[in-house]
Amino acid sequence: MSKYHLDHLEQLESEAIHILREVAGQFEKPALLFSGGKDSITLFHLALKAFRPGRFPFPLVHIDTGHNFQEALDFRDALAEKKGEKLIVRYVADTIRQKNLSEPKGKFASRNALQTYTLLDTIQEFGFDACIGGARRDEEKARAKERIFSVRDEFGQWDPKLQRPELWNTYNGRIHKGENVRVFPISNWTELDIWNYIRRENIELPSIYFAHDREVLEHEGQLVALSEFIQREETDKISIRRVRYRTVGDMTCTAAVESDATTIDAIISEIIATKTSERGETRIDDKVSEAAMEDRKKSGYF
Amino acid sequence: MDILRFITAGSVDDGKSTLIGRLLYDSKSIMIDQLEAIEKQTRNREEGDIDLALLTDGLRAEREQGITIDVAYKYFSTPKRKFIIADAPGHIQYTRNMVTGASNADLIIILIDARHGVIEQTRRHSIVASLLNIPHVIVAVNKMDMVDYPQDTYNNIVIDYAAVAASLGLPQVTYIPISALHGDNIVDRSERLSWYEGETLLELLENLEVQTDANLVHARFPVQYVIRPQTGLLHDYRGFAGKLISGIYQKGDQVTILPSGLQTRISRIEVGGEEVEEVFAPQSAVLHLEDDIDVSRGDVIVPSHDLPDSTQELDVLLCWMGNKPLAEGNRYLLQINSRQVKSIVKEIRYKLDVNSLQQEALTGTVGLNEVVRATIKTASPVACDTYKHLRVNGGAILIDETSNVTVGACMIQ
Repeated sequence: MSKYHLDHLEQLESEAIHILREVAGQFEKPALLFSGGKDSITLFHLALKAFRPGRFPFPLVHIDTGHNFQEALDFRDALAEKKGEKLIVRYVADTIRQKNLSEPKGKFASRNALQTYTLLDTIQEFGFDACIGGARRDEEKARAKERIFSVRDEFGQWDPKLQRPELWNTYNGRIHKGENVRVFPISNWTELDIWNYIRRENIELPSIYFAHDREVLEHEGQLVALSEFIQREETDKISIRRVRYRTVGDMTCTAAVESDATTIDAIISEIIATKTSERGETRIDDKVSEAAMEDRKKSGYF
Repeated sequence: MDILRFITAGSVDDGKSTLIGRLLYDSKSIMIDQLEAIEKQTRNREEGDIDLALLTDGLRAEREQGITIDVAYKYFSTPKRKFIIADAPGHIQYTRNMVTGASNADLIIILIDARHGVIEQTRRHSIVASLLNIPHVIVAVNKMDMVDYPQDTYNNIVIDYAAVAASLGLPQVTYIPISALHGDNIVDRSERLSWYEGETLLELLENLEVQTDANLVHARFPVQYVIRPQTGLLHDYRGFAGKLISGIYQKGDQVTILPSGLQTRISRIEVGGEEVEEVFAPQSAVLHLEDDIDVSRGDVIVPSHDLPDSTQELDVLLCWMGNKPLAEGNRYLLQINSRQVKSIVKEIRYKLDVNSLQQEALTGTVGLNEVVRATIKTASPVACDTYKHLRVNGGAILIDETSNVTVGACMIQ
């Protein structure tokens, strides 16, 4: 093989860096949505490669639902501080109070949908014209249809029938005032690509991605961490299990998987062997309807 | 492990979605929960077998209508390769979506229904493949089960298609008989098609050489962004960030900045923050130049001995993607890689019939999905190559400045 050869991870990396730099070149006030989950940590790492020794040409933004895992929040703060990058946090709880929104009800009441309100307010507050996100097309079938530069109207809405053609590696980020673009540099990565890249690049992750003992509630075959955010009932089956998280979202809507994997290698072996998709295994909020994600995106979700 | 990007093209009932579903299913890339979801849906729609096509239809409107409206990207991998499938609609009404999916493809699978042979749609998809210069073509003769697997039917279709390929100058066409519905020759060899001695579809996809398609001869580095930390020790640091879209650069190379024409040398190369001696396509990098000259986003750094055209008049094949018609004299923003310039469509020379490739005189305006040969004048010079010669630096888009929508795809001639 020629020495001028990039393997699949190197090609994906170069593509993502190219997209990040297009954002820097085309927009005046971009932001990187950063939750402390593995996909946004990967984006952070790619941004270091794209812009060092300079600073990021955008702040990190997190929309905190108040239901996040503390481990992910601590990791988020520590990474931003260690690398000297600006972090903006806005709270869904504040939006609920200020805008008199109704808290969702139910056993696993999720603020996932309310996140959109805070996100749109934050976009308006800072005048962000582009928000970089760590969504991947392999996650979900509505995402499989979305462009890398995804234009949203002033209500944050995605119109899947009116997407701009996106040709070659040429990205058209022109928008009218009030609109913004969601940009997805790791669109073409799969879950396994992310883990292989994390291994190759020695990227640090929050501890909850590795096997640990946790008190969980078993609900329709899924393991949900006990927390103050879910309603407990006497009939709940509660036990301590050895688990890890395959994705990190809200504590109310993210399920853990049983695992003994304490290293990246062990996690990769488990993912190769798994028979369930990432979102199917760990997300309670996608099961509501067949088009749950499509509907959320249409109303401004990232 | 490398990456192969391919697109599948077929008309509504050619079994395109079934083929993709079959590739994903037989390569074990479908998870149990996804399968359960489509099983449930198949029941909802009161049909029999699991409908593999449901795996690829992402939007509610598509599932309701049983059609593909926009490109969906699907992923699977084998130990040899990662595959990115652009699943694009085949109907003429969605030519722009197909062009979008085809623009990055290394390969196209053209599906032909064994019962119908080469039809108008086949010809149109092949013309799109040739306009977009997709390097490799696989012709998959599908639904062999419905005609009882005869070799002569297949052979006749191959002969018919070979004539189409020759008339379009398509390089590298490979033929294969399949049944996507039953999985014949997709991942596993088919006994019912024992007369076929070639590789299965997955083997073809795995073994095709694509790395050689990356042009390593003509170096082109469009500048995306200038990195200037302006702090302490890095006060004088000025790095030009971009992706080497083709070719190779080494430290010390003599380069020219276009469109300014200024010359200098590469003094330092960084990849991922590390200094390196050379960089090759398609790596992202930061270049430093020996002289302190004006370079900014939209400029292209090229070797002084290998200059592309730097011109204000482009001869293009233009695929119109706008809902509003195109007429001579219309003004658009033209974007090629990171460069945007004002432009005017000076002359539309003829219209190309995408079903026959016949040149027709233009009467009136150009509508959605039509292809024309046009001359575009730009407000300042554009450093470009011809699309046939160097795809990565020969394709440009037109943007309507009033709506900001991408309305045209230009292949520079």
